[in-house]
Amino acid sequence: MSTLSVLAIDIPYWAQSLLRVLGGLVAVLLPAGTIVYVFLFKMMSFMQSRLGPMEAGPFGSLQLFAEVGKWLQKEDICPERADKFIFKLAPLIVLASTFLLVAVVPFGPDAWFTNFEAGIFYALAVSSVSVLGILIAGWASANKYSLLGGLRAAGQLIAYELPMVLAVIGVVIQAGSMNLQDIVVAQNAGSMFGWDGVGNPYVLTQFVGFVVFMVAVQAELTQAPFDMPIAESELVSGYMTEYSGFRFLIFFIGEFATAGVFAMIASILFLGGWGVPFAWFGWSDIDSIDNWMNIVGPLILFTKMMLVVFVIMWVRFSYPRFREDQLQRFAWKVLIPISLVNIMVTAILKVAF
Amino acid sequence: MTMLTDRQQLSYIAAQAADARVNLELETEGMTLNIGPQHPATHGTLRIIARLDGEQVVWAEPSCGYMHRGYEKLTEVRTFPQVTALINRIDWLGSFANEVPFILAAEKLMGIEAPARAQHIRTILFELSRIANVSLFLGDLGVQLGAITPVFMAFRDREYVLNLIEGATGGRFHPNFDRIGGLKDDLPAGWIDETRTVMKKLRNFCDEIENLLFGNEIFQSRTRGIGVIPRDVAMQYGLSGANLRASGVDWDLRRDQSLPMAWNKVDWKVWTHNDGDSFARCWVRLQEVRESTKIVDQLIETLPAGPVMTKVPRIIKVPEGEAWVATENPLGEMGYYVVSKGDLGPFRVKIRSASFNNMSITPWLLKGVYVPDIITILASLYFILGDIDR
Amino acid sequence: MRALNEGVFPLSATDTETPVAVDEARNDIIARFTTALGDAVVDSLVKPGDDVWIRVRTDAWRATGDAARELGFVYFDFLSAIDWMPSPFGRGEDDPTEPAPERDMTVRQGYAGGKTRMQVLARVVDPTTTIGVNLKADVANDSPVIESWVTVFAGANWHEREAWEMFGIRFAGHPDLRNMYLPTDFEGHPLRKDFPLLARIVKPWPGIVDVEPMPGGGSDDEAGE
Repeated sequence: MSTLSVLAIDIPYWAQSLLRVLGGLVAVLLPAGTIVYVFLFKMMSFMQSRLGPMEAGPFGSLQLFAEVGKWLQKEDICPERADKFIFKLAPLIVLASTFLLVAVVPFGPDAWFTNFEAGIFYALAVSSVSVLGILIAGWASANKYSLLGGLRAAGQLIAYELPMVLAVIGVVIQAGSMNLQDIVVAQNAGSMFGWDGVGNPYVLTQFVGFVVFMVAVQAELTQAPFDMPIAESELVSGYMTEYSGFRFLIFFIGEFATAGVFAMIASILFLGGWGVPFAWFGWSDIDSIDNWMNIVGPLILFTKMMLVVFVIMWVRFSYPRFREDQLQRFAWKVLIPISLVNIMVTAILKVAF
Repeated sequence: MTMLTDRQQLSYIAAQAADARVNLELETEGMTLNIGPQHPATHGTLRIIARLDGEQVVWAEPSCGYMHRGYEKLTEVRTFPQVTALINRIDWLGSFANEVPFILAAEKLMGIEAPARAQHIRTILFELSRIANVSLFLGDLGVQLGAITPVFMAFRDREYVLNLIEGATGGRFHPNFDRIGGLKDDLPAGWIDETRTVMKKLRNFCDEIENLLFGNEIFQSRTRGIGVIPRDVAMQYGLSGANLRASGVDWDLRRDQSLPMAWNKVDWKVWTHNDGDSFARCWVRLQEVRESTKIVDQLIETLPAGPVMTKVPRIIKVPEGEAWVATENPLGEMGYYVVSKGDLGPFRVKIRSASFNNMSITPWLLKGVYVPDIITILASLYFILGDIDR
Repeated sequence: MRALNEGVFPLSATDTETPVAVDEARNDIIARFTTALGDAVVDSLVKPGDDVWIRVRTDAWRATGDAARELGFVYFDFLSAIDWMPSPFGRGEDDPTEPAPERDMTVRQGYAGGKTRMQVLARVVDPTTTIGVNLKADVANDSPVIESWVTVFAGANWHEREAWEMFGIRFAGHPDLRNMYLPTDFEGHPLRKDFPLLARIVKPWPGIVDVEPMPGGGSDDEAGE
């Protein structure tokens, strides 16, 4: 880990750190931008029988830059009665949670930022940090709508943290590791009933866990049908009501970047992550993988992420919103029992086979 | 109070309990939330003052008047033909339908009647404005409940109807096309064929909305059992239109009144629902759009020939008298009580608008519900601010 | 069906001229109200095939509401008022530079007669027959007070608030007689005829015949504006 060798050149530690920072920025901002353009601008428009942005760049692809430019120009308004310091801090906390989250995502056999042994545990832990930011934003805005939104967000994110963790436990049992890299390898090196043509992506064996995880992700991301913290028809914009200009932009980036990162984690846990089934190229374990996978792996992960985000967005554009109490009921009475049963069955099967 | 219903008692108890919780048990303070006058869910400038305990509404009351334009006073200084330009703007989504009852009241006082062709075209345009109005409701319903896609479908298909209205009258929103004694003009060439295709599109739109929204479990769980209005309460508050029919009252002024309009010449059905909840109200409105397309389809096939304007004096003086005419507008019963003193203009016009009565039930209805249900109930009651404040 | 009688319709049942057609259902309504209310029914009028008006004594207003409910008129349509005084400002078309013209200020009430300047008007409907009835009651000129209908029809609440702010009629027993539309400190009651419509007073209306000059023809002194 002290020296990293890319194309047979030794890179000093400061350059590694710089590369990691740049990589982190790319890993957060590129998915966010792509998701916003492809899904929020274009797919939503096509689903709603309109064209979406068409003027800026080919097929409106530069619209995002125009939007960012617009937000950066806007005045940074801070309500008079707001708690100014933490009001300004809140969006940064939300975005920081995204960067903390991307730190454990493996993009290839050697392309990772950190390789935690308890990677998934860490990921689920830091994803809750954004709740703090949202709660702070709701409280500090000195706005009743923001307060309601922030409290709703807190209740919702805490309630859905649990089914998410429980859904992941099934994967952890099956892979026998909490390390995300190991989980990827276990899926791609695995086999189903002796056939290793597609490896063993856990979306097949852990389908219940996958569904529960995706529902919980939808709720964690506060996308419809779980968007009560924002609920523009009830709470105007929830905890974001008082934010404008680049602070709103940070919330916005945070929302979609987190969607991207969660989709990456979902594809790592259930869809085989950056890998292809090892049997295709005759690899057996992580050390025997060819080096080109460090380039292709991120692309594969990106593709899978886009698939997962597509599903998230599809649901988002089609469904009405739950009510707060219905949402809690759904978490505690449906998702958690299902995931508990899933853990039990997985554990029994793991021991049996 | 003789007419304290179960529901009233329950909501009273809930309100009392919530109040007690707020003040005594936890020593927490209730929060007063101003929903509006500028709020995405109020279709204009309605303000709802809601006292909350957490997410539960202890007490809520709408505060109107942010869009009061004083039409009742203004009509007193207008001539009869000028009044239509004002009352167009009461319910701005179904403007043509606003003109009809007033014109009918003036005609009733003058003892004249529009020619058969004018009556037919009036009815067609009336139903088209209903479609334009209620199709927007169906889309907007989705937005209020958090589904963003239906509204774009609604705007897409409403556009066809607005084009039709524009083609016939020249105005998309405010046609001002109705005249005492008939209509300003006949229909343009090719309009009927166009209408036929548009009606097909709208029936498809209704199916789409039904599949996308009404069949959705979340939609149903958000609307079923929310904001239940029992039959007798609905009558007491003078609810009308789909709100009344959703409470199981089989009453449609198009059918139950003999006005010089063409509704009784075609075959259609009045839909009612027995639940009285938000879902029932939305569902009845959906069916109404379907029935309206059927009415229009039949009327354009049986359009009689002839003039569209009867003979009226150039300067219209309406004989002394009082007349009440109400029609089943998109939002409900819209009536005009017109008092004439034999002058050029009306002496007094009482505008009985549907939304005013429909909204007057909200203080009763909103007790004890949750904040998201406020939005559901308001959306399902379907008001337009101009129609409340006039 | 609309066989409206020609000429001027009688303004009250006490007029000698009889209506041309007889409307059994509506005559029956009057009979039922008279039975229920006794001599509280002051005057009544039926327009055959159209509508019915009943004027009751002021002190029997709530009793009338109760009776209407008893008689099956359970649908509350609206409640409002009429100020029968002719407007001292005419139709706001006076030239402000000239002295105000003489106007006939005699108060003439409408259907079913009346004695006072202001009347309360309400309409209730029987949902089974869908026939409605217009109920009127005089309100005293100097202190316009009448009983509230809130306990009879809950929906009357907002209508009475509106009538209060627009006409200044007090509804005794109304729980919450606040302004409906106007600011709390608004002075005056706008729908009273002696409340001037200032927009019309400060700037005279161009003319009563709303015919614009045709382009290229007619009045050329306005051209180019």
